[in-house]
Amino acid sequence: MTTQRRIFAAICRQHIRLSWRNGQTVLAVSFLFIAITLLPFGLGPELKLLRALAPGLLWVVLAISLLTSLERLFQADYEDGALDRLLLVPLSFEAVVLAKLLGHYVALVLPLIAAVPLAGLLLNIEAARLPILVAAMLCGAPALVMAGGIGAALAVSVRRGGLLTVLIAMPFYVPVLIFGAAAARAGLQGGVDVAVDVGAYLGVLAALSAASLLLAPFAIAAALRAALR
Amino acid sequence: MLKALENISAFYANPTRFMGLASRLHGPLWALAVLLLAYGLYRVAHVPADYQQGDTVRIMFVHVPAAWMALFGYSFIFFASVTALIFRHPLGHVAARAAAPVGAVFTLLALITGSLWGQPMWGTWWVWDARLTSVLVLFFIYLGYIALWQAIDEPTRAARAAAILAIVGFINVPIVKFSVDWWNTLHQPASVSRLARPALHADFLYPLLIMGAAFLVLFLAITLTRMQMEVLRQRLRVRARAGASENA
Repeated sequence: MTTQRRIFAAICRQHIRLSWRNGQTVLAVSFLFIAITLLPFGLGPELKLLRALAPGLLWVVLAISLLTSLERLFQADYEDGALDRLLLVPLSFEAVVLAKLLGHYVALVLPLIAAVPLAGLLLNIEAARLPILVAAMLCGAPALVMAGGIGAALAVSVRRGGLLTVLIAMPFYVPVLIFGAAAARAGLQGGVDVAVDVGAYLGVLAALSAASLLLAPFAIAAALRAALR
Repeated sequence: MLKALENISAFYANPTRFMGLASRLHGPLWALAVLLLAYGLYRVAHVPADYQQGDTVRIMFVHVPAAWMALFGYSFIFFASVTALIFRHPLGHVAARAAAPVGAVFTLLALITGSLWGQPMWGTWWVWDARLTSVLVLFFIYLGYIALWQAIDEPTRAARAAAILAIVGFINVPIVKFSVDWWNTLHQPASVSRLARPALHADFLYPLLIMGAAFLVLFLAITLTRMQMEVLRQRLRVRARAGASENA
């Protein structure tokens, strides 16, 4: 039991360290800021408009940054044969997958969400809305990671499978974006009813994340096994 | 009953037997599709114009069956993939692959006819209404599935990956549907599903059902033809490989 736990932690830690050393984390956060910087060029510099659109824009930019970061999630390990070795580890392959995804969440998703308040300032978001937005992102992001993981695993044997990963994962992003944006919008109005609403939306996001945490590792492990045989 | 079904499906696991059956079914199925489609269109042409929608209502007789086939097509792919992945039936992958572009085209047809209907009715080509949006997402699910098949060169690997995607995507469809419904509702509520007392007048209902049947048979006919093509393609591939090893 303890060895298994140690292996799990080691895989997770290795993924985090690699993301840092390869510059993946910095790259993803830079991507988020670049996307945010492009928005006012497209929409115009009017602060009122940007403020009204900010929560939705931040959600979409977060989702896209996350997707682009997921492309190489399993591919490096697949190409250099590390994934074959991980099949032989005395730990179920589903758990190995979960360890890598957890590592990805810590190494990339948490920094991205941490960057959201600063990016929000660039879009003139009201400071009072930030806690709810960040809470919604923390609740919903695991579902995004899991969906992206399915895309990345199915496209693992495809060279330049980035666009394919995006196409596969996109339909899974729809519910998360809907409820995430709803939570952010409800947070704007204030009052007791709204607190209940926000709680309900966060609950739905957490439920989506929990369901994907339960189901996705099996699909991802099956997809990787199919690519490895 | 289940045992009998198992025996039949095991019998046709042999591609040669399947090809025998398919070549016998092929002609009648296409003939039935053409007949039903011709009769359905004739009936649609003679439907009285709706007092609110005028002749625009006729678009519905293509739009609604196309939307049915969009959902039917994805369910077909799902069940074919389950048969292939869990029961290891060799024709499951062939059937799923054959049906995917057909379902995608019906989905696109539903979107285009919906848009053509929406322009005079709602005054705009596209509204972000719940049903349009979820059908659009369904179309993207189809595209992802087809793209995955095409992206992976090795056939057995592509088949397994596509089957996994089909199953995961099938779980996703109702989730998308319900969340999009919740997100926005502007479209007319479903009016044919109330079988006890349909809200549609019989003048409209029967042509609609005939068109639905025509589209279903057409779907099956195209899919069967594509399955035959796929089996032949696999045989060619095997033969080419055998020829190459002989020459070497």
